[in-house]
Amino acid sequence: MKLIFERSVAGRSCALLPECDVPQAALPQELARTQSLDLPELSEIDLSRHYTELCKQVHGVNDGFYPLGSCTMKYNPAVNEETCSLPGFTGIHPLQPVHTAQGCMEVLHTAEDLLCQVTGMDVMTFQPAAGAHGEYTGVLLIKAYHQSRGDTARNQIIVPDSAHGTNPATAAMAGFKVVNVPSGADGCVDLEALRKAVGPNTAGLMLTNPNTVGIFDKNILEITDIIHKAGGLNYYDGANLNAIMGTVRPGDMGFDVIHLNLHKTFATPHGGGGPGAGGVGCKEILKPFLPQNHVIKTENGFTFENAPQSIGSMKAFYGNFGVVVRALTYLLNLGMAGLREASQMAVLNANYMRVKLAPHCKIATDGICMHEFVMSLKDLLKETGVSAKDVAKAMLDYGMHPPTMYFPLIVEEALMIEPTETESKETLDEACNAIIEILAQAKQDPERVKATPHSTPIGRPDEVTAARNPRLRYQ
Amino acid sequence: MGSYVPSTAGQRAEMLQAVGINTIEDLYAAVPQEMRIDAQPAQAGMSELEVADTLGRMAGKNRVFSSIFRGAGAYNHYIPSIVRRITSKEEFVTAYTPYQAEISQGILQSIFEYQSMICALTGMDVSNASVYDGATAAAEAAAMCRDRKRSRILISAAAHPMVRQTIQTYAWGANAEVAEIPVKDGRTDLEALKGMLQNTDAGVYLQQPNYFGVIEDAAAIAQAAHDAGAKLILGINPMAAALLQTPKEVGADIAVGEGQPLGMPLSFGGPYLGFMATSGALERKLPGRIVGETTDDRGNRCYVLTLQAREQHIRREKASSNICSNQALCAMTAAVYLAAMGPEGMKQAASQCYSKAHYLADALSRIPGFALTNSSPFFHEFVMTTPIDADLLLSKLEEAGILGGLPVEGGILWCATERNSKADIDQLIETVKEAVGA
Repeated sequence: MKLIFERSVAGRSCALLPECDVPQAALPQELARTQSLDLPELSEIDLSRHYTELCKQVHGVNDGFYPLGSCTMKYNPAVNEETCSLPGFTGIHPLQPVHTAQGCMEVLHTAEDLLCQVTGMDVMTFQPAAGAHGEYTGVLLIKAYHQSRGDTARNQIIVPDSAHGTNPATAAMAGFKVVNVPSGADGCVDLEALRKAVGPNTAGLMLTNPNTVGIFDKNILEITDIIHKAGGLNYYDGANLNAIMGTVRPGDMGFDVIHLNLHKTFATPHGGGGPGAGGVGCKEILKPFLPQNHVIKTENGFTFENAPQSIGSMKAFYGNFGVVVRALTYLLNLGMAGLREASQMAVLNANYMRVKLAPHCKIATDGICMHEFVMSLKDLLKETGVSAKDVAKAMLDYGMHPPTMYFPLIVEEALMIEPTETESKETLDEACNAIIEILAQAKQDPERVKATPHSTPIGRPDEVTAARNPRLRYQ
Repeated sequence: MGSYVPSTAGQRAEMLQAVGINTIEDLYAAVPQEMRIDAQPAQAGMSELEVADTLGRMAGKNRVFSSIFRGAGAYNHYIPSIVRRITSKEEFVTAYTPYQAEISQGILQSIFEYQSMICALTGMDVSNASVYDGATAAAEAAAMCRDRKRSRILISAAAHPMVRQTIQTYAWGANAEVAEIPVKDGRTDLEALKGMLQNTDAGVYLQQPNYFGVIEDAAAIAQAAHDAGAKLILGINPMAAALLQTPKEVGADIAVGEGQPLGMPLSFGGPYLGFMATSGALERKLPGRIVGETTDDRGNRCYVLTLQAREQHIRREKASSNICSNQALCAMTAAVYLAAMGPEGMKQAASQCYSKAHYLADALSRIPGFALTNSSPFFHEFVMTTPIDADLLLSKLEEAGILGGLPVEGGILWCATERNSKADIDQLIETVKEAVGA
């Protein structure tokens, strides 16, 4: 398929702007660029067809099943796209006088109120633009808390080895030393290892519950207590919140600070890799350190407040506002009852797939899982030479997006399946049948599975050459 | 009330049976009873009709100004219709990060094209797939400059306040120092910078045009930074970049910026777009996703996420950044915008911004009490004194349906773009004259 630059014809353009209606002023010659501006030259029909062709080579949630574990690829309601596109939102300058932007501020304040109810937190900021940005914000709140108490020896963050890669990366960015603690086979925290890891240097723990193997860690109160007793704070990675809404709240598990992925749990679209939004909620003790420009309600309407010992700005302005509008639409639409139903059905869907697949392959854990589960294809690889990646690629020929591959790191040949609540039983049945068929074929004719996919626009790419000889732009 | 769960009551019962449990609450047996809240009643949601009306009422409480002369980091440009048409295609909207290249070529190729256009705009060699916004792009660029021996970042006080704050927050996180380069006559003070630079400095952050709209002598600042062994991060406005000397031409090591002017609505501050481009030498220090070209097993040209050994999912605590989700759809928006405008359209829009801002400045300065606060060249923003209280003047403009400039130290920061017609500017001038009694 042609690159947009290869469709360019000198002299073509879209007619968009009027003639300049004021006297032309000229930029002094010595300030002007001399490098040519090599953008493509296209008419509108060329442009339109180019992207229409590109969009045919994309698999979104609206194209088919997307059980990408840890990513919560649920359906993105149409009404959310309408509300965030209202001119009363899109046309508002972020530095307008606050009395002319009360509706925007009401959006932020209402979403904060509802999400604090969902998570059991006291206050929330929407400045972080995505999950990892939320993690960074949350861990900086922990850092500011210890510094404010003169407790500067606390330079370690504890992270289980089953954690998302962002957790250790975040702790390192925040200037902490990362202490990895081992997990059990079910991904749950090894309490003895945790007790040994904590001490006067412990700043905090980063944890997701349910964990990355899909199990609710039943020792959670003991875990958070161990950290608190050592003088640390508990950070909740909200990546897996979709399992528990309306049943249990991170705030009641002993967590002090949490990030949410509005683009996962609260149904805002993923956009091919963003924009997301990463609200960060915390308990009162961390409130004095919140990022700048927190919306509060006063007698005279909504206004911005800067926390007294604020960590500063995490980005410009107030976050990915348009994403928060979508999430608020979803929150109001479902209500707390609908959120509970969504989580319950996400968990039921996962368990239904788990029991259907269990006779055909090893599941990393026994018994009930939460909203996702992990298949381990270690034995299949040993017996047939067919890897988790091969099975994933074979799924492409069934029109479904493969699960998350090779994560968590503590499970060998892992495929992590998260169906979400918005898939029907028929879809789950079809997907299970496809996976069972692929697993059977792997045993009968392994080479055939290793040669997949066949029906996709391209075959398997050569990633090694891409990294060794990087070609990162059109030339 | 709203629900996007398709399974019927009958199907739910079948699934519960298959799992071997009686009620859906049984799924949560591992959750300690004392923490559970699922026996408590929960509030029902609204119908779609009600929720659409509720959000509509909130939007209605905002004031949409049809005449805007305020920029300061968020700019009111015309967005061609084709931009929204293309970027709202549901395949693009509902996909995630293109981990599976075989079914993600559309996203991957669009990012590759975006990277190429950012290189064209900045003159630099390599671009990433985007970061959250211009401020985090600057903060991430600062981290790229640091090594074992050099860690301090010098930030121009003429950079956007929120960008400065964001660099500071990230630097505090990294236990690194920052220092501020003073401003003289609306520009970054070159002599002061030369006096400040030490052999432990990692980089200098300069905004071009700066927060006050002034075009800086970026080449001289770059030279000073390089003489001290530090790198220059240049934060640019992508619209101004169509006309101004490129980051490459002035010797910048990293070019970053806020991509909002490239087709994104004001939308109360986001989602916007952080772009980052650098020279080949720093390629492997770039944070975030990068797309590269390769071939598939059938010999076709194709695109993949590449150089992933920098990233958090591989390197964990040794990663160049923790970023994963970025602003992909906003990056596509910028690419469609740049392609729709083309090289001539970009130059035309940028030239109109320049001409209209100068027409506005000229007209304002004819009113007694209004004068530019410095004589340096500017692009589409400038600071002017005001003979009456800035807030009072701005509230008079607001009554007339005009969002005036932003009050800053020394006066008001005004902005004009191709959106401001001559008639709108003339109307503004008349309203200002009335307000100040001229």
